[in-house]
Amino acid sequence: MWLCNSSIGRKVVMSVTGLALVLFLTFHACMNVVALFSAEAYNQICELLGSNWYALAATAGLGALVVIHILYAFILTIQNRNARGSNRYDKTDKPEKVEWASQNMLALGVIIVLGLALHLFNFWYNMMFAEIVGASNPIGPTEGFEWIKETFANPVFVVLYVIWLCALWFHLTHGIWSGMQTLGWSGHIWFNRWKCISQIWATIVVAMFLIVALAFALCPDCLGGADGKVVPFEMAM
Amino acid sequence: MTQINSKIPEGPVAEKWSNYKAHQRLVNPKNKLKLDVIVVGTGLAGASAAASLAEMGFNVLNFCIQDSPRRAHSIAAQGGINAAKNYQNDGDSVYRLFYDTVKGGDYRAREANVYRLAEVSNSIIDQCVAQGVPFAREYGGTLANRSFGGAQVSRTFYAKGQTGQQLLLGAYSALSCQVNAGKVKLYTRYEMLDVVIIDGRARGIIAKNLVTGKLERFSANAVVIATGGYGNTYFLSTNAMGCNVSAAMSCYRKGAYFANPCYVQIHPTCIPVHGDKQSKLTLMSESLRNDGRIWVPKKLEDAKALQAGTKQGYEIPEEDRDYYLERRYPAFGNLVPRDVASRAAKERCDKGFGVNNTGLAVFLDFSESIQRLGIDVIRQRYGNLFDMYEEITDVNPGEKRITRDGVDYYNPMMIFPAIHYTMGGIWVDYELQTSIPGLFAIGECNFSDHGANRLGASALMQGLADGYFVLPYTIQNYLADQAIWPRISTDAPEFAEVEKATEERIQKLMNIKGKRSVDSIHKELGHICWEYIGMGRTKEGLEKGIKLIDELRKEFDTNLFIPGERDGLNIELDKAIHLDDFITMGKLIAYDALSREESCGGHFREEHQTEEGEAKRDDKNFFYVGCWKYQGNDNVAPTLIKEPLEYEAIKVQTRNYKN
Amino acid sequence: MAEKVLKQFTVKYWKQNGPKDTNAHFEEKVMKDIPGDTSFLEMLDILNEQLIEEGKEPFVFDHDCREGICGMCSLYINGTPHGKTERGATTCQLYMRKFNEGDVITIEPWRSAGFPVIKDCMVDRTAFDKIIQAGGYTTVRTGAPQDANAILIPKADADEAMDCASCIGCGACVAACKNGSAMLFVSSKVSQLALLPQGRVEAARRAKAMVAKMDELGFGNCTNTRACEAVCPKCETIANIARLNREFIKAKLAD
Repeated sequence: MWLCNSSIGRKVVMSVTGLALVLFLTFHACMNVVALFSAEAYNQICELLGSNWYALAATAGLGALVVIHILYAFILTIQNRNARGSNRYDKTDKPEKVEWASQNMLALGVIIVLGLALHLFNFWYNMMFAEIVGASNPIGPTEGFEWIKETFANPVFVVLYVIWLCALWFHLTHGIWSGMQTLGWSGHIWFNRWKCISQIWATIVVAMFLIVALAFALCPDCLGGADGKVVPFEMAM
Repeated sequence: MTQINSKIPEGPVAEKWSNYKAHQRLVNPKNKLKLDVIVVGTGLAGASAAASLAEMGFNVLNFCIQDSPRRAHSIAAQGGINAAKNYQNDGDSVYRLFYDTVKGGDYRAREANVYRLAEVSNSIIDQCVAQGVPFAREYGGTLANRSFGGAQVSRTFYAKGQTGQQLLLGAYSALSCQVNAGKVKLYTRYEMLDVVIIDGRARGIIAKNLVTGKLERFSANAVVIATGGYGNTYFLSTNAMGCNVSAAMSCYRKGAYFANPCYVQIHPTCIPVHGDKQSKLTLMSESLRNDGRIWVPKKLEDAKALQAGTKQGYEIPEEDRDYYLERRYPAFGNLVPRDVASRAAKERCDKGFGVNNTGLAVFLDFSESIQRLGIDVIRQRYGNLFDMYEEITDVNPGEKRITRDGVDYYNPMMIFPAIHYTMGGIWVDYELQTSIPGLFAIGECNFSDHGANRLGASALMQGLADGYFVLPYTIQNYLADQAIWPRISTDAPEFAEVEKATEERIQKLMNIKGKRSVDSIHKELGHICWEYIGMGRTKEGLEKGIKLIDELRKEFDTNLFIPGERDGLNIELDKAIHLDDFITMGKLIAYDALSREESCGGHFREEHQTEEGEAKRDDKNFFYVGCWKYQGNDNVAPTLIKEPLEYEAIKVQTRNYKN
Repeated sequence: MAEKVLKQFTVKYWKQNGPKDTNAHFEEKVMKDIPGDTSFLEMLDILNEQLIEEGKEPFVFDHDCREGICGMCSLYINGTPHGKTERGATTCQLYMRKFNEGDVITIEPWRSAGFPVIKDCMVDRTAFDKIIQAGGYTTVRTGAPQDANAILIPKADADEAMDCASCIGCGACVAACKNGSAMLFVSSKVSQLALLPQGRVEAARRAKAMVAKMDELGFGNCTNTRACEAVCPKCETIANIARLNREFIKAKLAD
């Protein structure tokens, strides 16, 4: 099967899974932003994405994407290290064109996976998983808004999330255009377009995550609106 | 006296090749599978021949000294390739290309060979386009042409300034296709050191595996050498560092005649020599002469100032410039053939008008054409050459310096002639077979098509013509009756004998254990050759040159030092073998130059010139090909055998580029 | 113009005897009074001349045409394949005027599993030949073609094909790539032929065969770091790699 045993095929798998995850992240970020405006709306979304069959199926799919993406990352890295040979250069001078992120995708990926583990522990474990197993917590499994508040009340988590999101930004700025390049949708003109799109897209997605995290960390009580009243956050803006 | 049979077919010149092909013997497809052919060299001629022979069904063994066939020095040809397509509707025809080539060669080429060359030239372009060679094109999608020295029509096809590269990669791809098909076995980093003759026929070679250092035997039904020219005899030349004459010399020592060695082409547009540490000369494409104007100052004091470095070229106003080619040759101007342009430059520098610190350079100026066409057009045409020039010399020829009286003055380039191509080579008959049956020579390594001087963009044409369209036919005439013999084993005593002799030669070199490096002796040889056997030759000079080379030979034999071991990779040993042959070659050039008491093309005897300083040919006494036969020892003078030239289609006349 | 002369600098060069030499190491030599107009390889000629005078074996490196077109020269100089220049240039086109007084110039071979070392800085690049042999051609017999102008090719396509065809097969792309990937080399050939009608005929077959051979020979997977195009002496770009990806994916989907 060419997706496993050819170099371009393996890269296609990386790029398709990666780009699908970018779409997921985009959706997730949009969803999070809702929490800034309405706790009720946000919790409704949480309920919608609770332990329903379609949400579970989507989660399984998502998990598969993540696992394949990570698995292939390691396969590619091992192969590439072998291709590099056993001798290392005594001196290397990185050309300006070569971006830092492009050479450190695996390291960034590892940070992202660690962040993901924390994230799953903070939220998924307490929400979807709790709902499945029927665990009882002080905060209910569909009360997403409360869970955000709870999590970001802890400054350690806030710092970890910020680091995680920075790594994600670097990973995405390379990942998006690189994915399109691997799929062959690039060239002298589209290369620059995709580079630009990558930067903007990655920045918007990460900014949305970051705003939510920081807002909950700095001013948890002025968020989420209350019973349809005017949102203080909006007033502040 | 030995008679030479050049096997020129009967009939009018335009019909000879068709007649030949109609009546030659062919090898049937089944027998082709039984026949092996060794091709030494993977340049334009070698790669195209190996590929074409393999396509036909022969088993080909192909050798090259580099790490890949694609490195052969054909790759460095910049300007283009000629063909008589007449796409420009400027009156070109096969006859005109034939005529221009014979005239450019100063009437010393073999007529029938040249006509055949012109005849197959069009097929080369078709072949290369089919291979995916990205020739320059017009907006309408048709092929573009440019003009070149020695012709009044635009018949040169080109791919940027990298035509040789693209044509070679085309031939290399055809070769690769056949390697993949299993019809060609490729031996890279192998060097042919001797040819094995059995019962008077070439039956194989001894080659050195350059990585392991071991000698290996290869047998075949025919041997084709395509190993290029001997320009590196002069140490400094535009040839690649690895170019050598060893394969050709081994054939010469085995009895193949060496023809016209004195015809050495000096290319007019090279970057001047800058110091004694220099390893090679860089050519700037002749196409620069299309838009560049060559000049030196009119006033001697300006030249003195330039030499002292107190004045720069752009500071000299238009009226004080001597565009000497346009002055002397109004009809062709800057586009006169290479030999004429080179000698004119030497003449000016000898008179003291040289423009750099050594006094050995002239200017090539683009100010006029930049003003006429704009810098963008000029950069589009020559951008990579300008960049290359700047990379080497730190001067940008596209940089405007001053404007005086409404005229813009740009940095001129400095150029000077340098050894570039060798028209002489192993003697071959019409079938490209040497005087040893079964041994063929193609490309620059043979002598046949360029006479005493080669026109620009003709070398690529000849290499590919030989390899694609001539040799694959003519070799069959030889091979037709060879399939009945069993394959020759490399265990034959003749192989053992040649291998032993080769090993002894290597041991002898290793055991000299003197003091001097190969390069230091080679540089000295280069100086002798450039000084006494170079652009302007005299009887006294040549005799002195021979004497000096003899002394150098002694120095080489007694004082050479090769570090390292005999076995394994030893670059100094390989260079020493090359130099051993270059020394013999240098002397051979001198012998030929001495015996040819006339001036023609690349051979200029100062005793034989007109009052205006033009070459003076002597058709009465020297209308022949000078073939040199080895006399069993490098220190014994070879004997001269003459192949008389017969012209039917062209009237021999004085070459005139004035009007 | 007063010509620059380097009074003194140090050359640190790699010595290795064969691919499996466990004693491979750097040696150093101080060079004096080298004019700026000397090319890098001429500087090494001088170094070798001095080594031979001392009775030592010369430093071995590949080189041939010395005008930047044959692709033979292959030195990794101060951390960059072919040394650092403003525009694309091979080792042989590097001049000593680019260096400074007192520099330590480190010279290493291409280091990649695909290119085993033969001796010192001479490496074996036959893998590139094998990739071309797998499909880097149009299958056309000598003597059969039609007239060269029978198929019109838009100038833009011909020009772009020419740019792709400029690759000299030196291997700098592999040397620079942290993945030891040969994609820039392979894609340049695939692109050249894919852009021309003559090459289109077997474009799918070619892309598949060349990539398969490249993988078989152990070159790495491209991760779009662009190190290759940054060091390419002929300025090939990763637009070629995108085209190869496209050709390959199309070919595989059509299977």
